[in-house]
Amino acid sequence: MTAPPILTVEHLTMRFGGLVAVSDLSFAARKREITALIGPNGAGKTTLFNCITGFYKPAIGRLLLAHPDGAAFLLERLPEFRIAKEAHVARTFQNVRLFAGMTLLENLLVAQHNTLMVASGFTVLGLFGSRGYRRAEADAVDKARYWLERVGLADRADDAAGALPYGAQRRLEIARAMCTDPVLLCLDEPAAGLNNRESAELNAFLLTLRDEHGISILLIEHDMGVVMEISDHIVVLDYGVKIADGAPNDVRNDSKVIAAYLGVPDEEVEQAEAESRQ
Amino acid sequence: MSERAPVPQQSEPAEMRLDLPAAVKEAAIAALVAFGLFVLMIGIRTDQGPTGALVLTTRFGVLAAIVAAVFVAALLRATLWREAAVLIRHFVPATVKTATSGASGYAAVAFLIFALIVPVIFYSNRYLLDLGILILTYTMLGFGLNIVVGLAGLLDLGYVAFYAVGAYSYALIAQTFGLSFWICLPLAGILAAFAGILLGFPVLRLRGDYLAIVTLGFGEIIRLILLNWQSLTGGPNGISAVPRPSFFGLPFNSSDGGFAATFGLHYSPTHRVVFLYYLILALALLTNWVTLRLRRLPIGRAWEALREDEIACRALGINTTMTKLTAFAMGAMFGGFAGAFFATRQGFISPESFTFGESALVLAIVVLGGMGSQLGVAVAATVMLGGFELFREFDQYRMLVFGAAMVAIVIYRPRGLVSTRSPSVSLRAHKDISAAIVSEARTETPA
Repeated sequence: MTAPPILTVEHLTMRFGGLVAVSDLSFAARKREITALIGPNGAGKTTLFNCITGFYKPAIGRLLLAHPDGAAFLLERLPEFRIAKEAHVARTFQNVRLFAGMTLLENLLVAQHNTLMVASGFTVLGLFGSRGYRRAEADAVDKARYWLERVGLADRADDAAGALPYGAQRRLEIARAMCTDPVLLCLDEPAAGLNNRESAELNAFLLTLRDEHGISILLIEHDMGVVMEISDHIVVLDYGVKIADGAPNDVRNDSKVIAAYLGVPDEEVEQAEAESRQ
Repeated sequence: MSERAPVPQQSEPAEMRLDLPAAVKEAAIAALVAFGLFVLMIGIRTDQGPTGALVLTTRFGVLAAIVAAVFVAALLRATLWREAAVLIRHFVPATVKTATSGASGYAAVAFLIFALIVPVIFYSNRYLLDLGILILTYTMLGFGLNIVVGLAGLLDLGYVAFYAVGAYSYALIAQTFGLSFWICLPLAGILAAFAGILLGFPVLRLRGDYLAIVTLGFGEIIRLILLNWQSLTGGPNGISAVPRPSFFGLPFNSSDGGFAATFGLHYSPTHRVVFLYYLILALALLTNWVTLRLRRLPIGRAWEALREDEIACRALGINTTMTKLTAFAMGAMFGGFAGAFFATRQGFISPESFTFGESALVLAIVVLGGMGSQLGVAVAATVMLGGFELFREFDQYRMLVFGAAMVAIVIYRPRGLVSTRSPSVSLRAHKDISAAIVSEARTETPA
């Protein structure tokens, strides 16, 4: 039943000066599963993402990524662009980072940069319009069109990404990440700012990514509806420390999680305050 | 629960109402500012008296006239101008707007045809031919810098350094080894590109203002090296007798083996000028072709993506260091070509030709033209250098005219003359993107 892990985080610690953002964190995200990272604001979730995708270099710890074909990568040793290019970890950002002045299609072609660079003979062949490059570009456009259709934006392919409504920008960012052929997709609050219908659509889309495309997903999310519905596995962080790790149902009933994340009932707070006054 | 505040009534569009008191107030403020600016500059004047002492003269009449003129102009602007803008927006149908936006393609073709026939029309006007060569040189420099600033979004204030490296490389190689222009030209470009990479390696971790300052410094360093490395560059004396270009081996002189004799023409010094004109035109068109081509290749898209959002580029597996270096090298290479051309045209080069002013001028051309737009750069180069010549008779007031033009551009066309971005690829309809969406370099940590 339990799949082998795709990402193993071991004793990860990330400090910023005196602040310990992530402290001795260990967990595993398994293949073809949706692993959710939850926790209150400032719990270290985005810091963890930045460590996994190489934007931060952790002080201590190991991040082992195992591809389905057996290749393994130590992410903490790779610069960020090689994590995306070679280890095939793709990510989205909490505040959407699209190429706003470029069209949707261009956004998705930039995501296929490395494939196209090789096909264009590192620009030399492409400059003279070689047939191989033109074929590769047509393939890239087809792939972009496929993902635009999957996120329901095919009819806006030639519009500027910055002109899209917010929900569509979030979907485009996921489509762009998918164009890099990831094995692990890291989504930073994909449902933030979406309405109920949009987040239901997002749920369905993420499930098809997992089931049809065999993508493993690591997800930061505050929307408990999304988290509980689609996650196979939840890791809860609080102040950079893991406080729970398990199936959605176990986590939901964990008293530490309820206290730290979902909040303590008012009566208990009053009771605690009353006790402290005595 | 408190009472809900009444929902404010949908107000009329502000532009439809004429608010006279506000307009008068605005005009009064403008007049006050004008008074403050000009009271010492125009109101009071010191002249040398007959005994050699300074004599104070006042010109309050002129001052009053200027302040009054500013008041009236500001009042008109605040009243009639706004009305006119509304009327124009009302009565100019949308079809006209789309037609004018689609006209840039025709404008480019017309511009090119004009550039091609200039030597035919103005064959006997040496002055205009020289001006044409100058404009084309700066157009080419603008195209080159446009790759770095307009596409990749890297603010380079030291572009003249690559121009200088190209010029000195050409002069030194051609003089020392006696190689022909066509061999020296690519060598000069390669050496300039090499200088670009050399500069790029240490500084490309910087962005925006910081990058601008370092490149500014680099431009000065190159100039100072040229000035002080006497044994190689001749220092402030420069290099004279730089080999002149030949028509594929035929020199432009009155000898029997010269260009004129070979083609059975009467010898004329204009032949060389016309040849130089077409040479720089070809080089500028080559730069333009390569740039347009690169924009449609992955590297060009990566440059533009880099300008839009560097963090996202890195998250998509783009090696941003290499991407920036190629932009720098490519821009520097075209700067080097232009430099080699400059050296062979002038026949004499010295560090004085490569001051910061040149960098600023080329950057102004790129910014004025609209970042990333090739046609805009060509138009801006023509307007700026042509304008310089046109207002030559105004002497010291030339810079005043120039400054006023720049202020007008900043107010009315802050994104440059051509302020739309044309997508590099499209699925169905090719739509231009308004520059309001196109961003320049952003820098934060990822969140």
